[in-house]
Amino acid sequence: MRFSGRAAALTLATGLLLSPGLAKAGGTVEVLHWWTSGGEAKSIGVLKQEFEAAGGKWIDSPVAGGGGDAAMTALRARVVAGNPPSAVQLKGPNIQEWAEQGALTDVDAVAKAENWDAVLPPVIAKIMKYDGKYVAVPFNIHRINWIWVNPAVLAKVGASVPTTWDEFNATAEKLKAAGIIPLAHGGQPWQDLTIFETVVLGIGGADFYRKALVDLDENALKSDTMIKVFDEMRKIRGYVDPNFSGRDWNLATAMVMNGQAAFQIMGDWAKGEFLAANKVPGKDFLCVPAPGNGFILNTDSFAMFKVSGADKIEGQQELAHLIMTPDFQATFNLTKGSIPARIDVPLDKFDDCGKKSAADLKAAIAANTLLPSVAHEMAVPRAIRGEFLDVVTNHFNSDMSSQDAVTQLAAAIERAKQQ
Amino acid sequence: MRTDGRRLLANPETWLPRLVVAPSFAVILVFVYLFILWTLYISFSHSGVMPNYRFDGLAQYIRLWHTPRWYVALANLGIFTSLFMIGCTAVGLLLAILLDQRVRAEGVIRTIYLYPMAISFIVTGTAWKWILNPGLGIERVMQSMGFTGFHFDWLVDSRMAIFTVVIAGVWQSSGYAMALFLAGLRSIDDEIVKAAAIDGAGAFRTYFRIMLPMLRPVFLSVFVILAHLAIKSFDLVVALTNGGPGYSTDMPATFMYAYAFQRSELGMAAASAVMMLATVMAVIVPYLWSELRAGRQ
Repeated sequence: MRFSGRAAALTLATGLLLSPGLAKAGGTVEVLHWWTSGGEAKSIGVLKQEFEAAGGKWIDSPVAGGGGDAAMTALRARVVAGNPPSAVQLKGPNIQEWAEQGALTDVDAVAKAENWDAVLPPVIAKIMKYDGKYVAVPFNIHRINWIWVNPAVLAKVGASVPTTWDEFNATAEKLKAAGIIPLAHGGQPWQDLTIFETVVLGIGGADFYRKALVDLDENALKSDTMIKVFDEMRKIRGYVDPNFSGRDWNLATAMVMNGQAAFQIMGDWAKGEFLAANKVPGKDFLCVPAPGNGFILNTDSFAMFKVSGADKIEGQQELAHLIMTPDFQATFNLTKGSIPARIDVPLDKFDDCGKKSAADLKAAIAANTLLPSVAHEMAVPRAIRGEFLDVVTNHFNSDMSSQDAVTQLAAAIERAKQQ
Repeated sequence: MRTDGRRLLANPETWLPRLVVAPSFAVILVFVYLFILWTLYISFSHSGVMPNYRFDGLAQYIRLWHTPRWYVALANLGIFTSLFMIGCTAVGLLLAILLDQRVRAEGVIRTIYLYPMAISFIVTGTAWKWILNPGLGIERVMQSMGFTGFHFDWLVDSRMAIFTVVIAGVWQSSGYAMALFLAGLRSIDDEIVKAAAIDGAGAFRTYFRIMLPMLRPVFLSVFVILAHLAIKSFDLVVALTNGGPGYSTDMPATFMYAYAFQRSELGMAAASAVMMLATVMAVIVPYLWSELRAGRQ
């Protein structure tokens, strides 16, 4: 009942929102993605149902494995063979890379008709556009710079939630002395980089973050602020348990959940783990922004590839429209743990963490402190992200000095830029 | 023409073997050698996310040799290859000599030692990952037995992690070396051993002065097989440490994979692949040459 109701509403919305030429629903899309695990598969399933309810034909091409590496390999082969899928799960500067290869098409007609510019944060709109036209469609906004806190553990040492990195260090020392692991962390390069960018924002501020991690300014990369960031990383290295190497992020989340550890620094997909274990936000766990003023975002999106045939082009336009409907944005993100990419979606059904995230997002847009994540492929191309991964993880796992780390980082970024 | 055709039909043995081999020959020609050449070209091109055929000279190689991670991969390859070969040879030879003493139930023991070879490096890597994990494996067992001072955390120590790969590799492959050595030992003429015994040579001397020198060709085979296993080692590292902690156990093969598939740097990945090919050639070509020359004589 609920579903058919929504489908009817959607068909109505389709008719109302689209320009006459696009009003007829239908068409075919082939979607290449790697949302294959439980919650993610469910989320993409919602889109499939809605697309089919609108009269289209959906060809699902999931390629699991390697965090999308396998899917990228498949995509390369498809594009070389001249038979790309209609839409591909791509994000950040990867969209620009493919656009530069001339492989993408735009859905600007839909975007103009629905006025996407007015409902998307400018940072996201910029990432979705190539040459001023929308070539990709965003699903959601994940916030990266969260600290997930177990309040019961914090109460044991009589500490409150830290609001600066100095407070964080002091609390961590207290926890350590009490025999509690201060920070649950998994020693995988992307997790190291997730902490790193959170610390860069916390110590350097939003402008420094943008200069160093987005614009890759050499002076910023070599600055004393960056040395301070690596100093803090060295301290944080002392707050993780000795057995952290290679641990998956969800196991680290479990450590916070069962009281073994006090904090985890992780994006808001961690919330899904807490909720799945029937923990209540605000009571069993807290979601607090990591020290620092700003919002580091990660957005999932579909890039639209050049396809031929009226049927396929129609499907592509319809898909772009569907993803951006407020109704779908709400449903999708409720199952995935993120918040809608559109800022005008009502958030009544979202929990407190989601509402907090949306409020902070608006504040960040106003204060110009909304930043793309480096660790999650939003800020820089993969080649440069790879250099960040190498240096940060190498520093974290060795006794490299902060000065050496800064020197190596600047040299590595310079080298990657030559590509 | 017609008589020629009839003669060909009458003698299938002149053309049938070639016909049967031809498809696989063609497939290998295309999918191995042609793609080696293609990779070679890509390594001199400006390729990023997609192959790009613009010639770029040695730029990719220059970048490769300026990358600290590549040096880590090379150093690891050196450490792993040498220790893996020495370890497998020593353990394999020792086991072969011990088995050669006509022990009871030799067949069973031989199978047990050879058995790790039957499972893939992925399984070996995963099993050893648990065994060596300080929170699950040996360290925890020893500590729960009361040896609280016992520490064995090489797997999570970036300086020692590469040695855990050696341990797992030797465990896996020394049985294979044993089988080769045992076959070699068995092929030595009994008369020679008896003659040595009559001349008053002890067991130790018989092995070190007479039998091992006679195993020279077996040693060579073992070295070549182990060396190429070591150079192309990829799955063991991926399963055991996944290159970590950090990238401290990176090998050229995992380096290449990371650059080609995770970082969209096809050009540099191709350059590293060509460097690996050169390494393998450096081992294989002299061996093939000496074999072919020996065959001709």
